[in-house]
Amino acid sequence: MTSATLTPGAALGSQRVSEDVRYYEDAVRLFVIAAVFWGVVGFLAGTFIALQLAFPALNLGLEWTSFGRLRPVHTSAVIFAFGGNVLFATSLYSVQRTSRQFLFGGEGLAKFIFWNYNIFIVLAALSYVLGYTQGKEYAEPEWILDLYLTVVWVLYAIQFIGTVMTRRESHIYVANWFFMAFILTVAILHLGNNVNVPVSLTGLKSYPFVSGVQSAMVQWWYGHNAVGFFLTAGFLGIMYYFVPKRAERPVYSYRLSIVHFWTLIFLYIWAGPHHLHYTSLPDWAQTLGMTFSVMLWMPSWGGMINGIMTLSGAWDKLRTDPVLRFLVTSVAFYGMSTFEGPLMSVKPVNALSHYTDWTVGHVHSGALGWVAFISFGAIYYLVPVLWKRSQLYSLRLVSYHFWTATIGIVLYITAMWVSGIMQGLMWRAYDNLGFLQYSFVETVAAMHPFYVIRAMGGVLFVTGALIMVYNLWRTAKGDVRIEKPYATAPHKAAVGAA
Amino acid sequence: MAEEKKGFSHDTIERNTLLLIVLILITVAIGGLVQIVPLFTIESTIEKVDGVRPYSPLELAGQNIYIREGCYNCHSMQIRPFRDEVERYGHYSLAAESMYDHPFQWGSKRTGPDLARVGGKYSNDWHVAHLVDPRAVVPESIMPGYSWMKDRPLKYADIQDHMKTLKIVGVPYTDEQIANAKADLEAQKNPDADTAGLAKRYPKAVVANFTGNKTVTEMDALVAYLQVLGTMVDFTKYQSPKQLQQ
Repeated sequence: MTSATLTPGAALGSQRVSEDVRYYEDAVRLFVIAAVFWGVVGFLAGTFIALQLAFPALNLGLEWTSFGRLRPVHTSAVIFAFGGNVLFATSLYSVQRTSRQFLFGGEGLAKFIFWNYNIFIVLAALSYVLGYTQGKEYAEPEWILDLYLTVVWVLYAIQFIGTVMTRRESHIYVANWFFMAFILTVAILHLGNNVNVPVSLTGLKSYPFVSGVQSAMVQWWYGHNAVGFFLTAGFLGIMYYFVPKRAERPVYSYRLSIVHFWTLIFLYIWAGPHHLHYTSLPDWAQTLGMTFSVMLWMPSWGGMINGIMTLSGAWDKLRTDPVLRFLVTSVAFYGMSTFEGPLMSVKPVNALSHYTDWTVGHVHSGALGWVAFISFGAIYYLVPVLWKRSQLYSLRLVSYHFWTATIGIVLYITAMWVSGIMQGLMWRAYDNLGFLQYSFVETVAAMHPFYVIRAMGGVLFVTGALIMVYNLWRTAKGDVRIEKPYATAPHKAAVGAA
Repeated sequence: MAEEKKGFSHDTIERNTLLLIVLILITVAIGGLVQIVPLFTIESTIEKVDGVRPYSPLELAGQNIYIREGCYNCHSMQIRPFRDEVERYGHYSLAAESMYDHPFQWGSKRTGPDLARVGGKYSNDWHVAHLVDPRAVVPESIMPGYSWMKDRPLKYADIQDHMKTLKIVGVPYTDEQIANAKADLEAQKNPDADTAGLAKRYPKAVVANFTGNKTVTEMDALVAYLQVLGTMVDFTKYQSPKQLQQ
């Protein structure tokens, strides 16, 4: 049984058996195209609002282009548009192979989900720019759009879970556990956080049932687990399929993946109150949030170890395969930000970090380093397969993308560490006479250079994504770049040199 | 590995989709239930203090503009019980003070300062000038300007619908408050009007022609909202921390 479930050898094997089977891939292709498109849009939006913080004239004095309205456009574009389309593409691609079954509901349902999900994204973005928002971070769409998303999500759940239920493999592969936890929990979170009463059935404005402290707790139960299940569990599903496939090695430990899965989904849900330390949320809830956040470090690193150690015996591929480099580096970034998160959830640390750019930097080390990098790896893996090309247009360009984006991330997170910790310290600084040393706006002025550096990091990240777009475009066309190939056996050069 | 074991094995879960679904649902439900349900049942969650009232119609319209513009992306409304925050912003925030906020406006980031007690700290004119062009008043500010808001008439034909909806979700607006909504809204913007009813229904509401416009504008509403923030509770009545225990 072990060999049936966890060694992707089984998954690999089953695919080999059915190599001539072409699973449903039209919709997967659409999802990949949309993911790349929204990725660029979301990164550009992020870079633009980063520049607004450095140069406020860029708010342009127009109501539609102010930071307050564009920030949700950025967050929704990267999380739900880019991340969402990546999750649809990868989950619907891999579930067919790990279940040896065509998509339940067929290609038509997948395309229906594609068009409606992406129409939802466009409508949501338009509504923010026009000033319609629930005013809750990462849950901004108003009630009618929430209902629309609910329908699309239920169809997705039916398609994915239906495929798993009708599988022709005896076991459900570990990646599919994570995808299922992601789909089910996101549904619960979405419904739980959007219980609203509309002011009028013909208008968009609504008021949530809960208020004040309960509203805060429900929102961060949702908000933290949007990270935990949308951006973590879902993308761990990607890790458990694409890292073994690309490395051509089985998952490091079956036992660890079981422990990883259940502890991660159990503990994550509790961590929300660490967004509300020292607020009017009762202390008992804050303490629970902190305690479980610290415990969450363990399953997170268990997952990281399982992902990285999957390369056992294949470490040399990191030298010759920049796509695998994206995948593995993403897991390393996952490890870094899941260490930083528990650290920041400890109350005395949070007293300094909360409300500052440190939080923003933390989110981006996870979002850029983990979510985007594993997405890039999966996309580079998928495009040649989906467009039936023997290889990518250029592996060298993948490497350029990797280094451009990595330098961008380093600039981003180091700038935010420095500015965040500096601002936190300035807020609490006292002078010799016992007065607060800095006015608030002095701390704002001190942020300026770091906002510029952060925006430069964003520009590099966008540049890398544009290199990817070009590379994928040429790949889809069937071109192959004439370039120096990566040595397949680099140690031979050393022998020759000797 | 599992086949040699007797009794439960994870293998069972991996073969049974429905079992996996049920176990996932149970596993992810526990934390949320434990943390959320007691907040509705434990009475001490919200302090018993006098003074917190539902927003006046003009303040409510202002809060909706605050939400519409995404102000919460950069401003918190939650003062933590630290020496520096209390000195900078005022008494730490109480849960009671946001109990009529649907949704809460505590925020998560202070790109700009906390606004939980900004009410009364600056003059109406300062707020208008600052919202129109922040850098004219605070040169280092990086806040967007909202000059277009100054002369734009406020849409308040449906203000009663808003209050009725809020009543459904638990804000104790009285029938009298809802019946007088439009008159109260207009009166709060007109210092020459008879504001006795408004003052009785909404104590501490700031009455002024905030922008100097004849019509009620969006900026009038926003400034009226900002000026009431954090002013409802009289903290001189609560000197001992015990009185504010949750």
